[in-house]
Amino acid sequence: MAKKNDWVRIHRHVLEPEERTGKLPDDTKRVPLEMWVKGRLENECASIGDEVTVVTCVGRREHGQLIEVDPCYDLNYGAFVPEILTMEESLRRALFGGDEA
Amino acid sequence: MMSGMIVDKSYQAVTGRKGDIIQQAMGVDYSRYESGSIAFDYEGMMNDTGYTLEDHIRLQRRFNVGNTPIFELHNLTALARKYAAPGKGARIFVKDEASNPAGSFKERRAVASVYHAKKLGYKGVIAATSGNYGAAVASQAAMQGLKCIIVQECYDSHFSGQPEIIEKARKCEALGAEVLQLSVGPELFYEVLMMLEETGYFNASLYSAFGVGGVETLGWELAHQFMERCGRHPDVVVCANAGGGNLTGTARGLQKAGCSAQVVAASVDLKGLSMASDRQFNRKSFTTAHTGFGVPYATDPDHSDVPRSAARPLRYMDRYVTVKQGEVFYITEALAALEGMEKGPAGNTSLAAAFSLAREMDEDQIIVAQETEYTGAGKHIQPQLAFARRNGIQLLFGDPQTEVPGVNIVFPADPGLLQARDADLDHMRASLIRRQATRATGPVTDADIAYLVEETKSSPAFVRKVLASLGL
Repeated sequence: MAKKNDWVRIHRHVLEPEERTGKLPDDTKRVPLEMWVKGRLENECASIGDEVTVVTCVGRREHGQLIEVDPCYDLNYGAFVPEILTMEESLRRALFGGDEA
Repeated sequence: MMSGMIVDKSYQAVTGRKGDIIQQAMGVDYSRYESGSIAFDYEGMMNDTGYTLEDHIRLQRRFNVGNTPIFELHNLTALARKYAAPGKGARIFVKDEASNPAGSFKERRAVASVYHAKKLGYKGVIAATSGNYGAAVASQAAMQGLKCIIVQECYDSHFSGQPEIIEKARKCEALGAEVLQLSVGPELFYEVLMMLEETGYFNASLYSAFGVGGVETLGWELAHQFMERCGRHPDVVVCANAGGGNLTGTARGLQKAGCSAQVVAASVDLKGLSMASDRQFNRKSFTTAHTGFGVPYATDPDHSDVPRSAARPLRYMDRYVTVKQGEVFYITEALAALEGMEKGPAGNTSLAAAFSLAREMDEDQIIVAQETEYTGAGKHIQPQLAFARRNGIQLLFGDPQTEVPGVNIVFPADPGLLQARDADLDHMRASLIRRQATRATGPVTDADIAYLVEETKSSPAFVRKVLASLGL
């Protein structure tokens, strides 16, 4: 449950599939143009999935479905990629020779 | 501002108002540069900004942009020489554009746009970008006290986002911008037009004369830095090419500094992948500096968010090479392992090409990759390669020539296999001439021929031959 002024993320469709331009590949034409934005909740309270309005950090009002409260960044350095280590070892070997690698 | 009025926000209605919206949002009347025929007054448009090269230098000093160092990459040079003929292997340098406040050369493009917007009384700026330009505009807006909205193409229809783009969103938000994220599709420009109309903000287009003029400082600095450090100008300057502004601005700056270095464009080869495809969006590992932007923008500069783009790279390009995704990842790892610098990866596109081209050049020559960019969580070879693997892309060692975009990424099995490939520049020149000539009405004039020669850095004979093939 989110309350007024909470920092939230919303989502809505900007264009439905039938409203999209003609010059698109078929896979893109079949899906809507979607939008995500963050802002402070204007509604007194709301639950995930509710239609809400927010005010963004520049003061713009947007509406959409509430999808996240206190949205966080979950980007990271990803899973281990052994090929990177192989590249590193072979580059050192190529420049400095086998013994000093 | 249209507040209080009932505004038709349908796609057709909004894009139909494009001319008026852009004029309102930039204060530039592009129609004054048109000849009515094929030609338009490019230099007139570039000069009318009111900002000379000296003004750009002064503004960039004021807002902490530019004057980035050049680094000689001694170990990469030594490695290139091991895979070159005797006496071959030019000295490889890089310009550390990552040391700009927001981490890339793009801030040179943002300074004057934001400054100009403020001078004209706009309350904020809007830019359409999934790349470093967003962070650059956000940084300058923060510094100069304007509001900022960045519109990004970020997710596919399964809400899976490119890690690199998600990092850019984080950075823009950290610098105080609103980030409006969209799913895949060229209708991003429709959303931008609506936002410009709604907010009355300035369109900080990547393709404005303010933006491209700001990159001239990069070329100018390069020429002067090499005179100071090496007593001579570089022989070859490699510029990553997407929308063309980087190469255009750099080349113009080099010219203004009296430097006649060969200017080489480099793009990551993403042949076969559709840039507008929802399904293929996450099957690529590079979201900029690739052929999916580089080739269409070079051959048709005027399909951007302004009526006439200031980025016209074919005017300045001496050569256009492509490199594979696996080669750029490989040189990014080499930069870390052998030079002690974590940068990129996308910003190392020109370095990958430089490493290959250096091996064709003499030992006493100089080649420079004219940018680096910042790196971080999401925007780094490990998360990007992990993401590629999760999306079913095979990671292989072998000959990068065999790489198939969207299917695999092939790292060079040894450094000698990193090999930039020449793109057919005359084919692109002909394509530009064909597009511009068939769009115009009326007979082709002598002024049009002279203009097309400049547009393509070719000759009257070449232009006439292409026009003749069109029956013009």
